[in-house]
Parts: sequence; C-alpha cells; structure tokens
Amino acid sequence: MDVFKKKNSCHSSANGSTGAGKKVALVGNPNVGKSVLFNALTGAYVTVSNYPGTSVEVSRGSATINGAQYEIIDTPGMYSLLPITEEERVAREILLNESPDVVIHVLDARNLERMLTMTLQLIDAGLPVVLVVNIMDEAERMGLSIDLPLLQEKLGIPVIGAATAKKRGLDQIRQAISGYNRGVHAVFGYSRRLEADIASVASLIRGDYPLARKSLALLLLQRDEEVTALVEQREGSGFAAIAAVVKEKSFERRESFHLDLSMERKGIVKGLLSGVFTLPDKRVVTVGERLSRLAVRPLTGVPLLLVVLYFGLYKFVGEFGAGTLVDALEGKLFEELFNPWITGVVKGVVPWEIIQELFVGEYGVITLGLRYAVGIILPIVATFFLFFSILEDSGYFPRLALLVDRVFKKIGLTGRAVIPMVLGFGCDTMATMVTRTLETVRERVLATLLLALAIPCSAQLGVIMALLSKAPGALLVWSLCLLLIFLVIGFAAARLVPGETPMFYMELPPMRLPQLSNVVTKTYTRMQWYFMEILPLFILASVLLWIGKLTNFFDKAVEVMSPAMAAIGLPKEVAVAFIFGFFRRDYGAAGLYDLQTKGLLDPRQLTVAAVTLTLFIPCVAQFLIMKKERGWKVATAIGLFVTATAFGSGWVLNEFLLVTGIL
Amino acid sequence: MKLTEKAEEILESMWIAIEEEGKGFVDLEGIGAAADEPALRELVGHAFIEVKGERVHFRPEGRLEGEKTIRRHRLAERLMMDVLNIRGDSAEIKACQFEHLLNEGVDTKVCTMLNHPTTCPHGKRIPPGECCEEARKSGDLGVVPLTELKPGGEGEIAYIQTEDSKKMQKLMAMGVLPGNRIVLTQSFPSYIFRVGFSEFAIDSAMAREIFVRK
Repeated sequence: MDVFKKKNSCHSSANGSTGAGKKVALVGNPNVGKSVLFNALTGAYVTVSNYPGTSVEVSRGSATINGAQYEIIDTPGMYSLLPITEEERVAREILLNESPDVVIHVLDARNLERMLTMTLQLIDAGLPVVLVVNIMDEAERMGLSIDLPLLQEKLGIPVIGAATAKKRGLDQIRQAISGYNRGVHAVFGYSRRLEADIASVASLIRGDYPLARKSLALLLLQRDEEVTALVEQREGSGFAAIAAVVKEKSFERRESFHLDLSMERKGIVKGLLSGVFTLPDKRVVTVGERLSRLAVRPLTGVPLLLVVLYFGLYKFVGEFGAGTLVDALEGKLFEELFNPWITGVVKGVVPWEIIQELFVGEYGVITLGLRYAVGIILPIVATFFLFFSILEDSGYFPRLALLVDRVFKKIGLTGRAVIPMVLGFGCDTMATMVTRTLETVRERVLATLLLALAIPCSAQLGVIMALLSKAPGALLVWSLCLLLIFLVIGFAAARLVPGETPMFYMELPPMRLPQLSNVVTKTYTRMQWYFMEILPLFILASVLLWIGKLTNFFDKAVEVMSPAMAAIGLPKEVAVAFIFGFFRRDYGAAGLYDLQTKGLLDPRQLTVAAVTLTLFIPCVAQFLIMKKERGWKVATAIGLFVTATAFGSGWVLNEFLLVTGIL
Repeated sequence: MKLTEKAEEILESMWIAIEEEGKGFVDLEGIGAAADEPALRELVGHAFIEVKGERVHFRPEGRLEGEKTIRRHRLAERLMMDVLNIRGDSAEIKACQFEHLLNEGVDTKVCTMLNHPTTCPHGKRIPPGECCEEARKSGDLGVVPLTELKPGGEGEIAYIQTEDSKKMQKLMAMGVLPGNRIVLTQSFPSYIFRVGFSEFAIDSAMAREIFVRK
C-alpha cells in the first residue's frame, strides 16, 4: 500500500535543511517550558514567561551537539495539530513547511494525560518525535510517579524526563537529538468506523506531503482550511474526488466528529498511561495554590492588585525609577558632569557653530537626544520592565485577567487583553505588537485604539508623575480624566465596532517564585529591544529639530500650532512639547518637564497639557507598528481619531477647570 | 392502546378544567365536542369518562390518563422551547402535534433529557412521571451546566453544548471532555475549574455550555 511507502524514504528528508545543519523544532502546549529548553540548547535568549501565549514570534538559534550543527526552532504554543489561534497556525506552519529532522514535543508531567493527545497526533503525522516530559520536579513534589521507560516502550519514540528550568535532563535531550534514528513508532488504532473513514480519504491522496496521509485525512475530515488548500494544490484534478468523500464523511458525522475523535484519542491515552502514571493518594496543596486563591477571589484579589500597583508601579517605578534614578542620572551625571564636558570637547574639536549645535546645542544629538534617552527614559523603562518581568514569571497575570474579565467585556475586550494593556504602561509599541495574541480582529483593533489613546507608556508616565506630583490635585485630575476617557471610548468603541465580544478562557499556570536569573535576562532583553528601537528615533528627532531650528521651520510650526494651543489655554511654547511628542510621547512629556522647570506653566495648564499630551498621537514607532499589525487604513483612522480626541478632551478639560476653578 | 388525537385533546381540556380549575365536571360545549363525537364514544369505550346528558365526568382511570396526556403536552412544549428553540404560536402548534408521539416510553426519555422539568414554559405544573420520582429518590440531580455547581463542587463532564466548533475544540484541548472529572473552585468574577492538574478560567457564557453530571 502506498500509504506506507513514504516512511522508508523519510530518512533522507533533510531536503528542507540548509547549510545551517539539521532542523530541530520545539513544539507543545503553551507554558510548558519550550523557551527555557530553547535557551538551554542554543545559549541564546528568548523571552521566557509564566504566561500562556507569550512566544508570538518564532525564535531560531543554532546549537552544536556532538560536533554537529543544528538549527533549533522555538514555536508558539499549540494545543493540537488542528490550529485555532494565530499562534497555533504559526507553529504548525513550521511543521508543514520546514520538515524538521527532529520534533521535540515538550509537555508538562503533571498534565501528561491531557497533553499526550498531541503526542499521538504528532506520531500519527509520521513526524520524527522526541517526547520531553518536563517539569518533573514539580510533578514529583506533588507525589506523581511516572514510569518513563514503560511509556517509551509503548510509544516507540524516545521519552525523556526533564526539569529544564533546573537544567535536569538536558544532556539526554542532546543525546536524543544527535542520535535520533527514525525507528518504528507505535501505530494507534482508532475505532473501526473511524479507521474506515480515514482510509477512504487517505487512499485517494497521491502527492508527497510533510505529514503522513492518515494525519492529512484526519485534518481534512476536521475541515482544516490550510490543509485543504495544500491538498487541493498538490492533488490537482484528483482533489475533486477527495473533496467529495470528505464532504460525504463529514456530513455523515456532522453531529460530533470533533468530539468522537477527541474521545477516541482520550481512550488511547488512557490505555497508554495505565501502569505509567500513578496519582498520589492525597492532593498536595502547595503554597503557590494558596497564593493563587488569594489572587483570584475579588475580596482579596482587588486589594492585592492595589498593593501590587502601589508598591510596584507607584513606589518602585514612579518614585524610585522616575525620581531617584532620574535625578541621579539626568540631574547629576548629565547636567552637571557629562554635558558640560562633552560640550567643551565638541566646541574644542568642531569650529563651526552650526555643527556644534547639531551635537551639543539646545536640541543637540548628545545634549538632548542622548540625555533624554539615557538619563530620563532608560531608568524608568528599566524599573518598569523589571517589575513587569517579576509579575509575569510569578504567574500573576492570568489571575489578573480573570479578575478583570467582566469589566473588560464592557469595553469589548476580554480578560486576555490585560497583558497588552499592562505592558502598554511599559511600552505601547511593544504592547501593540502583543495585541496579536488576542483572538479576534475586533479585539485587536479595540486594544490597539485604547493603547494608542489612553495608556501612557512608562517613560511618559514617569515624567508626568514627576511633573504633576508638584501640583497637588493635578495628578488626581489627570488620572481620573484618563480613566474616564479609557472607559468612555472603550465603551463607545465596543458598541460601534461591529462584531461580537469573544469568549474568555485561559489556562492558569501554577504560581511560582520568579527565578532571579530569568527575570534579569528577560528585563535585559526587553530593555535591549526598547533601547535599540528608541535611540535611533531620539537621534533622528534631534537631527530633525536641529534642521527645523536652522531653517526656522520649527518656529513656524510653533506659530501654526499656537491657535490650537491658545484654544486649550496653553502658552505657545507647549507646542514644542507636542512637536517632540510626535516623535515619541515620552519625548514630548520630557519636553513638558523642561517647560515646567522654567516655570512657564501654572497647575491648570500643566494638567491640560499633560492630559492632551498623554492622549495625543502615538509615537512614530507605535504608529509604524500599528500600520504593520493593523494595516494603514485602520492605523490612519486611529491616528486621526486619537488626535481629535486628544485636543477635544484638552479643550473640554480646560473649560471645565476654568469654570469650576478646581486647580 | 393508543387514543386518537381528538380523544387526547378532550382528556387534556377536561383535566385542566377539573384538576386545575376545580370544576366537578365539564359540559360538552366547554370541550368543543358534539354529542355524537366519535372521540367521546372512544373514551367512554375505554371507561375513561362518563357522559350524563350535557355533563362529562372523569372516571378514575380517565383522570390518570388525562394527567399523562397533559404531562406529554407540557413536556413537548419544553422540548420546543429549550432544545429546539421554537417559540411563540408556532411552538404551541408544534407542541400540540408533537405530544401525540410522546408515548410508549418516549416521554420518559424526553423527560430525562430535559432533566425532569417541573413546569411548562407558561409556568404551569408538569405532573411528575415515574422517572421523576425515581430520579428524586436516587438523589440524582442529573445533568446541570457548570454554572449550577457551587464553588468546591465537582462532577463528571457529561457533554459540551455549543454551536461554535472552534470553541468546542478549544475546550476539548483544555481537557474538557465527557467523562473527565471537573472541580469548580470559584464562580465569580469568572469561573475557575480544575481538570486533572490544570486550572482554567472561563467566563459565564462558556461555563453555561459545559454540562456536568453530579
């Protein structure tokens, strides 16, 4: 039978691999430690987190094992070979298009029963699978015992017990990769009826595919669009017959095909695990579980959230990052030491005043660009990312997500959107990128809009908090304004943007103590990304401002904008901050900071300026990402809307404050 | 023994008038039947009723048969509403046609599937059948949506009822499969449940679609 012919030729399937050596793909459910394993194998670093669905991008790295080169591919989490979300689609794409030489299926020992169904699917697909039963340490702590050699025997593939976070089992995994030999794997029999249905489709498939025909047939019967398209393309004229059989069979079983298949797989897994998996007599309740209880009950969860926000965001990021560190770096290091020194050096080396201005003038690349980037933005962003990473690794975010789900439903989002929203307080650009983990396009658009409008990034937040804390009450007005606008716009947008609010579901990973090294590296990579992205923009902004000043364009722009400024009751110098703000919002906020130090703004003006600027157009980088993720139409519409709302709200707030005389 | 549809309808309206409205008898006009109506003769032949001039009385067997008939009618109404999602007049008409098929044990099956309902969609009582009594005695609460469990409660997943096949797949991938044990740990602000060693949070819309046998 030609169904089995492919297996013999599989050994030479290195066709997909290039000079980079053989390919090894890491697959598995979200949050089982794929990224940790990737880092351990390659020595590179991808963001590891205790939050399902964080690896949006595919990471690639190389590893040398026993002298041979391997390309290691880390895929986003997938629950099954049949993709539902974007991440799963991306993950499967790799299995389909890159024909990896070894597929490492990583799963969580505690959930062996549930996750083993995907191992079945991978084996069914004829892929070269190595099973890594990870997080063995926690499973053992819970009293589970797993007979891995027996499981290996039953599955017919290499099975390795590991605790990658503790570096356990890594050598065996390396051995399994380098010594991989496509042997005879187990074949799982489904019920007679299902096997007959599969055979009726599989026997019609003629072409050559990266997946075995049995698996293809199953995916066709499950109405997988991509696989259907692939088969249609490969089979040509033969496709009509396949489509007809698929249509007939799936109609026959329309009631419960997915369920029947899952139940059969469940039965097979049960059989595989008998004698392999032993449960403890008593359920062990860990400290993490107790903490988790506290975090998810509204009565304790909300106070806990406030405590986390107060100490994490206000005390640590606000007071320590934006206060102490900024004072030390910007105030002492730059203003007192570095800037005078570099100004002297540049003036000594470069005789032309214009060029001097470019580097060390009012808008100089070094005196302004570098000072803002390193002196003000860096410490704030660093403290924020550190705070964020700790929370992320502890497993707190999924709990927060379920806590806010009801509120988020009102603004057309689900609790799932809490990650991009919180991340937005760090960097809106990064957060906009992360919105792609949301399930529906509608949710992504709403989240992008709210990020662009009402979520201030950490740099901006830090500067604004520093600014407003000097005017009592201003900070309160500012926060209430933003909260109100966030809710009102969210509420209205949820009603205006067509589509339904999706359902919320989320796996809750166990709460654990974050590992210091992990947190540090994670913060470092995020900062690196951030810095690489902002520094060029800051320098570009400085250069543009320098050109603007040189050509007087800048003064003209301020003139042009002054009616708008006057309308919202601000002195025209504030226009400078808004022009800065177009390059980066935080840059604009830092501009305000300068104005305030010069004593040009009273508390009312300061508040209006801060609110308008916070709402104002996203920074160039965020706009570019918006365009990339949502397309130029949506991005432009959001951009225009945000500008109008920003100035509109500024005007209303100014009038309100003038009439009531609160500030 | 199978009664004609007309005979069943006469029994029903008699049962409502006598049992629920407390009348001692009905007159021929009230049940919309002429004296020479064949269905009346049929009922008399089964010794279900007695006709004395214009007045029609129940005999004990007839009262019992009337109760069974009304039970079938109201179960049919529930079926239309709850399961087939047909409402309004058309539901009433369909229920009237459907009730006549609900004999010989079919009513027991429907009743069990509907988890022994006690009232019809109009709020009237459905007379309990033997199956209802048995279920009550055995303490079998039957199959309820996850939303009906109390925090800390557990059960076995009976089935998932959703029209969205993507959602179904997602739930199944999370281990929400018929036959698995499920423990509900919290129900507000979101539902949190445990299957095996994993915990999941879902919203109430999704929790309504998971049915659990206690």
